[in-house]
Amino acid sequence: MAGKIESLLLEFAKLHRFLMRFFRELVSPPFEFKEIIRQCYEVGWKSFPLISLTGFIVGYVFTKQSRPSLEEFGASSWLPALISIAIVRALAPLVTALIASGKVGSQIGAELSSMNVTEQIDAMEVSGTNPFKFLIVSRIIATTIMIPVLCFYVAGIGLAGGYLSIIAKDQLSILSYITQVFEAIAPKDIFAMVFRAIVFGFTIGFVSTYVGYYSSKGTEGVGKAANSAVVASMFIVFIEELLIVQVLALMG
Amino acid sequence: MEQKKPVIIDYNDVVVQVENVSKSFGDLHVLRNVNLALFNGENLVVLGRSGTGKSVLIKLISGLLRPDSGQIRVLSDTVTDLDERGLRELRLKIGFSFQNSALYDSMTVRENLEFPLVRNKRNLTRAEIDHEVEDVLDGVGLLNAINQMPAELSGGQRKRIGIARTLILRPDIMMYDEPTAGLDPITCLDINTLINEVQERYQTSSIIITHDLACAKMVGDRIAMLLDGKFERVGTFSEIFDTDDKRVKPFYDYNFIV
Repeated sequence: MAGKIESLLLEFAKLHRFLMRFFRELVSPPFEFKEIIRQCYEVGWKSFPLISLTGFIVGYVFTKQSRPSLEEFGASSWLPALISIAIVRALAPLVTALIASGKVGSQIGAELSSMNVTEQIDAMEVSGTNPFKFLIVSRIIATTIMIPVLCFYVAGIGLAGGYLSIIAKDQLSILSYITQVFEAIAPKDIFAMVFRAIVFGFTIGFVSTYVGYYSSKGTEGVGKAANSAVVASMFIVFIEELLIVQVLALMG
Repeated sequence: MEQKKPVIIDYNDVVVQVENVSKSFGDLHVLRNVNLALFNGENLVVLGRSGTGKSVLIKLISGLLRPDSGQIRVLSDTVTDLDERGLRELRLKIGFSFQNSALYDSMTVRENLEFPLVRNKRNLTRAEIDHEVEDVLDGVGLLNAINQMPAELSGGQRKRIGIARTLILRPDIMMYDEPTAGLDPITCLDINTLINEVQERYQTSSIIITHDLACAKMVGDRIAMLLDGKFERVGTFSEIFDTDDKRVKPFYDYNFIV
């Protein structure tokens, strides 16, 4: 038991050192702009098809499932408002984060771990390059920037899915739908969505790079790193969602 | 087997000095109070059984690992006293060829070679970068592989590109970690010839880690044999193996099938 507590404390100390080093390297030159842009492309563009499909399905299915309950109270005209609140306040950031954890987190974890196994990180170190800045900082910045961007996109495509689901049964002009959608949400909802997405993006980047960078050697280590990146990212995202919801509720 | 051309070695100029260095991993004591000197211009081969700490030694010299005790001096710096920035500057003078080449597999051969160059010599023009890359690739005989991905190369080609990538920064000291491991005999000969060419053309001082005696004989000006965590035998190839030591003889007998 004492051994387990000790190893847990050591892990926290390692995490703290990793986090502090990230902030230190973040503000010290030289800056790897080219690599940050390349990583933004990797995170953003390559997740695009999967995010599009998932966002659309979430919007469509959520609307379809919500309709019977609202119809029961004769309130089906509230569907656009309901979808809008649900997607902007909760579904868009969460769905984006979960998809990105699977797609981007596993990729970062496996890539860094494999570079570790094949001594590519050591090779960078001995050739006068700071691997932490090049590999870690650039990836964390990329996920922190791109997850909010993808989140806006998911919100848009989810709302489009919702609209298609509505017009499959009712008649509603696109203009009227958009008006109702924007009437239902306040600026603070958009702010909360962006805030969540930034926190989730940072978490995915941080967790995935951490497990990849410190993975054990060997092919088993690569598999474990990819798996841990996804599982730990998703778990922490849910915990954060819970905390953010409480804090936002307290703030009114 | 091609004979090694005579090279000028300055035995008064020590470029790497390892003094009383010890390194353990948990209960495993890999190096015990090790002492070793690399002289300017020489190829020093470090021989030893697998798992005896040969690779650990060159990682300690490059500052990739820290010794538990002892001191390592490289050129005018004491590695053990340097901070991250100091280590990064020192490493520019040390070329490190990894056992598995450690090529960046998401980059082409050209990008692999450009990577250390553009990061450490930021004022170079595009034409100068291209010239440097092509010159060093030509030196290892693989100019035609410039646009290939590492996955498309054979083991021997990967080794050559790995060596080219270290040479592009024109290091004073080279570290070769098992340069012939996993290669066929003819490719081994090519790599050994390349190591000698590097010594001659770039006037490097090198430490070559191996357990391949043919490689040791062909490239080594001196051999240091790591036995039970210490360098107990240091000398020329014939001096090292002129012994009945049961820890040394099987090495020779197996490699040369006596």
